[in-house]
Amino acid sequence: MHAFEEKDYSKKIDLGLWRKLLGYAKAYRRHLLGISMVMVLVAVIDASFPVMTRYAVDEFIVPGDASGIGLFAVGYAALVVTQAFLIWMFISLAGAVETGVCYDLRQRGYRRLQELSLHYYDTTPTGWIMTRMTSDSERLGETISWGIVDIMWGLTSMTAFGVFMLVMDWRLALIVLSVVPPLAILSYVFQQKILKNQRIVRRTNSRITGALNEGIMGAKTTKTLVREDANLAEFQEITGDMRRYSIRTAVVQSLYVPIVLTLGSVGTGLALVFGGQGVLSGAVSFGVLVAFVSYTVQFFDPVREMARVLTEFQSAQAAAERVMDMIETEAEIVDDPEIVARFGDVFDPKRENWTRASGEVTFRDVTFTYTGGEEVLRNFNLQVDAGQSIALVGETGSGKSTIVNLLCRFYEPSSGQILVDGVDYRDRGLLQHYSNLGYVLQQPHLFSGSVRENIRYGRLDASDTEVEAAAALVGATTFIQRLENGFESEVGEGGSLLSVGEKQLVSFARAILADPVFFVFDEATSSIDTEAERLIQNAIRKILQGRTSFIIAHRLSTIREADRILVIADGEIAEDGNHETLIAQRGMYYNLYMNQFAAQEESIPVWGETTGR
Amino acid sequence: MRASRVLFDALRGSRAVYLAAIICVGLAALLSYAAPLMVRFAIDSVIGNEPVAGPAIIVDTIERIGGVESFRANLWSVVFAIVIVTVFSGVFSFLQGRFAAGASESLAERLRNRLYDHIQNLSYDYHVHASTGDLVQRSTSDVETVRRFMAIQFVEVGRALFMVLAALPILFSVNTRFALVSISAIPVVFMFSLVFFRRIQRTFQMVDESDGRLSTVLQEGLTGVRVVRAFGRQRFEADRFDECSQLYRDLVYKLIRQMAAYWSISDLLCLAQIGVIVVYGTTLAVAGQITIGTLLLFVTAVTMLLFPIRQMGRILADMGRMSVALKRIGEILAVNVEQDEETAVEPPIRGHVVFDNVSFAYAGREVLRDVSFEASPGMTVALLGPTGSGKSTLVQLLSRLYDYDRGSIRIDGIELRTIRKRWMRRHVGFVLQEPFLFAKTIRENISLARSKSSETDVYRVAETAAVHDVIESFDRGYETPVGERGVTLSGGQKQRVAIARALLMKPPILIFDDSLSAVDTETDARIRKALSTARHGATTFIISHRLTTLAQADLILVLDEGRIVQSGTHETLLAETGMYSRLWNMQRKRHDEFEQELLAQGERT
Repeated sequence: MHAFEEKDYSKKIDLGLWRKLLGYAKAYRRHLLGISMVMVLVAVIDASFPVMTRYAVDEFIVPGDASGIGLFAVGYAALVVTQAFLIWMFISLAGAVETGVCYDLRQRGYRRLQELSLHYYDTTPTGWIMTRMTSDSERLGETISWGIVDIMWGLTSMTAFGVFMLVMDWRLALIVLSVVPPLAILSYVFQQKILKNQRIVRRTNSRITGALNEGIMGAKTTKTLVREDANLAEFQEITGDMRRYSIRTAVVQSLYVPIVLTLGSVGTGLALVFGGQGVLSGAVSFGVLVAFVSYTVQFFDPVREMARVLTEFQSAQAAAERVMDMIETEAEIVDDPEIVARFGDVFDPKRENWTRASGEVTFRDVTFTYTGGEEVLRNFNLQVDAGQSIALVGETGSGKSTIVNLLCRFYEPSSGQILVDGVDYRDRGLLQHYSNLGYVLQQPHLFSGSVRENIRYGRLDASDTEVEAAAALVGATTFIQRLENGFESEVGEGGSLLSVGEKQLVSFARAILADPVFFVFDEATSSIDTEAERLIQNAIRKILQGRTSFIIAHRLSTIREADRILVIADGEIAEDGNHETLIAQRGMYYNLYMNQFAAQEESIPVWGETTGR
Repeated sequence: MRASRVLFDALRGSRAVYLAAIICVGLAALLSYAAPLMVRFAIDSVIGNEPVAGPAIIVDTIERIGGVESFRANLWSVVFAIVIVTVFSGVFSFLQGRFAAGASESLAERLRNRLYDHIQNLSYDYHVHASTGDLVQRSTSDVETVRRFMAIQFVEVGRALFMVLAALPILFSVNTRFALVSISAIPVVFMFSLVFFRRIQRTFQMVDESDGRLSTVLQEGLTGVRVVRAFGRQRFEADRFDECSQLYRDLVYKLIRQMAAYWSISDLLCLAQIGVIVVYGTTLAVAGQITIGTLLLFVTAVTMLLFPIRQMGRILADMGRMSVALKRIGEILAVNVEQDEETAVEPPIRGHVVFDNVSFAYAGREVLRDVSFEASPGMTVALLGPTGSGKSTLVQLLSRLYDYDRGSIRIDGIELRTIRKRWMRRHVGFVLQEPFLFAKTIRENISLARSKSSETDVYRVAETAAVHDVIESFDRGYETPVGERGVTLSGGQKQRVAIARALLMKPPILIFDDSLSAVDTETDARIRKALSTARHGATTFIISHRLTTLAQADLILVLDEGRIVQSGTHETLLAETGMYSRLWNMQRKRHDEFEQELLAQGERT
């Protein structure tokens, strides 16, 4: 029952973090350099168009002589073509960086996720991880690539505009450029406000999605409770918020542009007044005046872009911190370097050094404490012989699942050892241990793809015949053949096209194909339909043969057939023995049996027998 | 429902605001040319020596206020006028933004609320088969597509049109040939954008699909992490993800390359157009046909035009998405909601239930056939039968979640079909087998149907449902939030909260549709005991697989294939030969065998 706590993330721009993130973009250093160079050129060409206009005015129009205009046209055309080519270059380059950085972050992230222990998954909502892996990494790719495009362009444009103006007429330039500082400040302030409002809008939007999701999933319950009006009122409150916040954001945004344009027109005005006086007095040429007027129309673009990019970086920072956090989370369950050297890691196993376990397993003085400090097992001892089947019985929270999780090395003992064939399983390497495991969950998980692919997940190099044999062994063939495309039928996302019973059979086939030494099965608590129930019981019987098995059992029949029943209470083995001996003891098992399992004999499975189905 | 109809309905109440936004866009577009015109006047006539250009009114006005000379003496006044005009244009563009946002956000709000309301009121049967993901998708992203179109794109198209309409007379009044040359690229740019974005839709779609595939692989890899680990398939998963991620990267890159081509070509067109204006304009100016100010005006005006035109091509190409979105929304709204007859009544309900030859068919299959029985207020009716025998359907009819086809159901003598649905449901405490808890606190979840309940009432029903102690054991007790950010309750705990929730309604009819299935036998017995003292004579229907639970009922109905095959009390049914006694005896036999087994063991030891 862990509540997930979201960390608070800073709001100020953290250069160290971005430097670190740029480290991830190292592979694209050349691209980034190329982008920077291209953007400098783009900005210079942008700034030189007014210079061309000035030239046309001063050299052709004012003197009234059009000779040489052909050459001028060629020059202009050259600039245009170059610019178009440069634009193509930087978009392509930035695209390569954007997609590349995003891809790299995802790849690193996913590899790390493969290494992180189940504790991480138990305490982090899947939705949180999904966001880091999808939209956040995408956002970072975009911010890094296009951020650099915009920064380089903005800086160079501002410089180029300034330099060109200063060179043409430094006095006039200084007067006109006096508009830039207030423009910059206003832009920054506005972008900040816009960002803040957009955040609120985004948050409200996810509240809407959440409310819709809940409203639809709970629609049946709503109906029985006649909650429709109350629900709608609550929903309307959120959509009302959404409208208010969105309008507020739009107001800020639509205020910004006119203000910038007005400031720009002040710049134009200044150019006209002082430039005009200069023209009248003969100190300024007509061409310079025209060029200055053009600049004043253009130069708020880079200022606005810079303000936007800074804000963009700021808002992407939270995403950057979260992605970094995830990628840099230390895996809790890892092998020592020497073990890795011998047996390989989870990505590159050295199977040649592996040996198949016999199936004997020992828990020696195992204590297990959750990170929260909750002690689940204390000095737990258990010796299981090869081939024994163990049924774990006990109340929720008694420690049954923990024993299984420890055996699977999803968690490791806080102290004590778990020995496989007399060797601490940590000395055998993670993947070697996993290779000996077969695991079937209460809610079986399948991957989208065909039935065949799902079974083959148990052993990737299994032939079609072997896959089919595994299915036959667990009695899944009948239902598979009834499916439209047999073994090639799609199971849907998470196996959603199959019933629970069918999913379970597929997961049995998958497990048996892996031919595990240890078999772990978390039996379903609620009953499934009779036919599947019978098939599953048969399947279990088949799988258990010749394997050491641990079953978190809820079915009387399963428990009765186990070699050993362990009654677990408060993290200890309260009773240990087979059905007969435990009944004879008239202890906890006897009580459990009388109260709980006996009741099962009255429930559904009986129907199957009486109605003959 | 047709797409246009959906939009038309949703626009209701926002049309005036929309009109205002469009008028403002027009005014802002018109005024945006005023500043360049004034600049031309300043350069040509005030600073230069050209005669004042433009319509007679303007020339007269300028003459009346002192002629060009006075402006020349006081250049500041021209600047002042330019800034003022820009401010005015700004005011209109602000108002346009404000109005467009107001109208489109209200539209989106109405659409969202309407969808939510509609979906909630769709039939129970619809929700049994509904796909949550799809409905949420339609209510969020499709609404967002419509909103975006109405907020930004629609107005952008308006702006582009107004800009062109305003620019043409200005440009053509100066010099027809020059104007023709200056706008020659506009249709080309427009068509290019339109065609390009039409053609690129396919790539967009491929990117979307690949994105979806990537999410699926990710989601499955994360939720199935235990399976991945247990089979040691980390490498396999990483490779599978990598493959999708690579495909996605390559597709996005392909899209960006196409965009690069688009932007560079359209920029080439635009820049070339400006270049043509500069070069051709220069020769015209040299020939004395136009002034420098006019040249500058053309450059500025055409530059202002090109971007909206480019956008317009893109928007028109994207319009298909908007009508698809509207169509998808319309499909939900076209499904009929539950309705009552106008003459529906709201009688007092005490819990006397009579089924008289009731039949019900679903999807062409008879689920209930000629079911008849009577339950007087306070009675407990147990329903027993194999899966698919019609037990759940029978109780769902009582809550009017489905309506019966033939026969008659009377509640306190009144035909059920004539009673208002919500009224009936308010008097039936229905506990589903898989109840849904909302992302609220546990207290709020219990008091969902009676939000003003006192603390003692909430505690009392929680105690009856044997869940009070569990709740108290949480750190925050009744204020603990349920769901991803709070506690995750077990199936049995959820069922007990749902029972408490139903009890709080103090309904005259209570239904437990296998709603103790995830509760252990001991707690089951405890709850039933508490219930029998607490339920104040509610008529109770219990569906369960536990014979001992059912044996104590006042009336036991044994169903098979939609028919009542046996009915009576435990004693009378035991005396008959039939399914009930067969089951019960089998049960006894097993019990005896078990006892003998024990005895045998006792002897052995």
